Amino acid sequence: MAVYKRTYKPYTGVMTPEWSRFLILPRYAWKTVFQTRFILILYVLCFFYPVGAAIAIYLNHNLSFLGQFMPLPKTGGLFEVSGSFFEWFTAIQAVMAFLMTSFVGPGLVSGDLINNALPLYFCRPFSRTEYVFGKLAVIALLLAYITWVPGLILFGIQASLEGWTWLTNNLWLAWAVFITNFIWTLLISLVSLAISAWVRWKVVAGGMLLVILFLGAGVAQAINVILRTDAGYWIDMGTNFAQICANFYRIKGGDKISTQEALVSLLAMCGFSIWLLWRKVRAYEVAR
Amino acid sequence: MNTPVIELDNLTVRLSGREILRGLTGSLSGRTIGLLGPNGAGKSTMINTLLGFYPITGGTGRILGLDIRTQQREIRRQIGYMPENDSFIGHMNAVSQVRYMAELSGLPPEAALERAHEALYYVGLGEARYRKLNGYSLGMKQMAKLAQAVVHGPKLVILDEPTNGLDPSARQRMLRLIKEMRDSGNMHIVLCSHLLRDVEETCEEVVILKQGKIVHISNLEEERKLNKRFLELETYGTQNGFVDAAEKLGCECAALDGGRVKLILGEGVEVRDIYQLAADRELQLRRVSYRRDTLEDIFLKAMRGEDL
Repeated sequence: MAVYKRTYKPYTGVMTPEWSRFLILPRYAWKTVFQTRFILILYVLCFFYPVGAAIAIYLNHNLSFLGQFMPLPKTGGLFEVSGSFFEWFTAIQAVMAFLMTSFVGPGLVSGDLINNALPLYFCRPFSRTEYVFGKLAVIALLLAYITWVPGLILFGIQASLEGWTWLTNNLWLAWAVFITNFIWTLLISLVSLAISAWVRWKVVAGGMLLVILFLGAGVAQAINVILRTDAGYWIDMGTNFAQICANFYRIKGGDKISTQEALVSLLAMCGFSIWLLWRKVRAYEVAR
Repeated sequence: MNTPVIELDNLTVRLSGREILRGLTGSLSGRTIGLLGPNGAGKSTMINTLLGFYPITGGTGRILGLDIRTQQREIRRQIGYMPENDSFIGHMNAVSQVRYMAELSGLPPEAALERAHEALYYVGLGEARYRKLNGYSLGMKQMAKLAQAVVHGPKLVILDEPTNGLDPSARQRMLRLIKEMRDSGNMHIVLCSHLLRDVEETCEEVVILKQGKIVHISNLEEERKLNKRFLELETYGTQNGFVDAAEKLGCECAALDGGRVKLILGEGVEVRDIYQLAADRELQLRRVSYRRDTLEDIFLKAMRGEDL
């Protein structure tokens, strides 16, 4: 604008649809996140296993190529692409997703709370729910690209190479890939946001997220041993998720906790995280 | 008839079991409205309630004709808010933050960027707009907050203590901007401050709060039109009917202890007439202070609970 035109004038142009405004948050947050080289490198590393798995599936269907370099079985492939193949994929990508979340998640809400930025969001036509959805989308979409999206791509590659019969017989696998990874990404996204809102200090929040996963398993074991019960598994995120995966991928799981109990436990954690967020994400806190 | 900017109807707010706003009732229509009161009077609570940040316990209110209980989203489409305390998105520069806020208000990305540049130039941060906000001085942060409040072109801007912590030149710059916005005729302004001079300089209407109640609503324009002129005298010696003579001249007088006299000068009465009156009665004037009716008088009377 020309200097001589520096006067106030109202905006009269078109407006964006209100439902889409929560997506503004991830767009700006990703810019900041990927300015850190470490996170960028970690994110690239997250694609190594899916890319490796895709190559493995391709080679499994092109044994003649591999046969040039090593002796191969005469019948069948090198490995079977079944529930356990995708269960492995989910387990490895879940760890990578957790690492990503522990670096990205803690600063998302705490930054706004420390800098007293929430009144700036909520004095606009932008609600607390949209804010939480927006912040959730920052992590959940980031994790989607390293969990269920490549999982479904692997499923697609296998289906295209194996044929229609395999696809129709194994459609449940696609659902299992999506739902298990979705549950995990939703859970860790919500927990990290809640910790970020509660602790405020980014480093401590990151540490706490790791503590919840690893110390939670330790505490669960301690409860089980001291009280001679299996109730401790209710607070063990890892075991619960493994049980859910076993159920969805139709492989043998542990008998420590039932799938229903594991699902209820993880849903309770999600619920508690939402409650914490709802309490902390306000324009102003009322001093008691 | 114009829709009032703010209407309050027995608005009551209770926070943590304590009644902070007690049955506020009133209608405000000025282009610039000053919200005055001592610390803890409930000014910020009132603003935060109007913005929907605090729950309403009783009564209701309307902003630009929209109900603050049921039409909060519509209200927020039409307002801009400048918070009292430091508020910024960490690690962002001024352009990014103002653009971000404009987008959240509903502007498309390209228009938001253009408006962000304009708003920052408008508040005088044009040259510093690519610097990170956490490196800004206090005065620059205040200006950046003002830029994000006006970037989307609101009909009403709520400014909470905009001159807090500013040095005299920055304060003047802020007041000049507020006056410019007022004079542009495009928006209404609510200015919350405990600084009487800021309110007096910029506002047409003023609401005075004390202990969560409205103690006075005054139209400063009309008060100015009344143009009351005051004289405070400190006399020495016998007054010899000085007060009566001043009243005969058309002044309103109040004789106080210690030879002090307060006068409201009548129409056509000049200060030299009072000097003459004192000289005729051989009354010594030790101190004379002349001033026009100020917001300070209105405020102090309201605080003392006197009729205004």
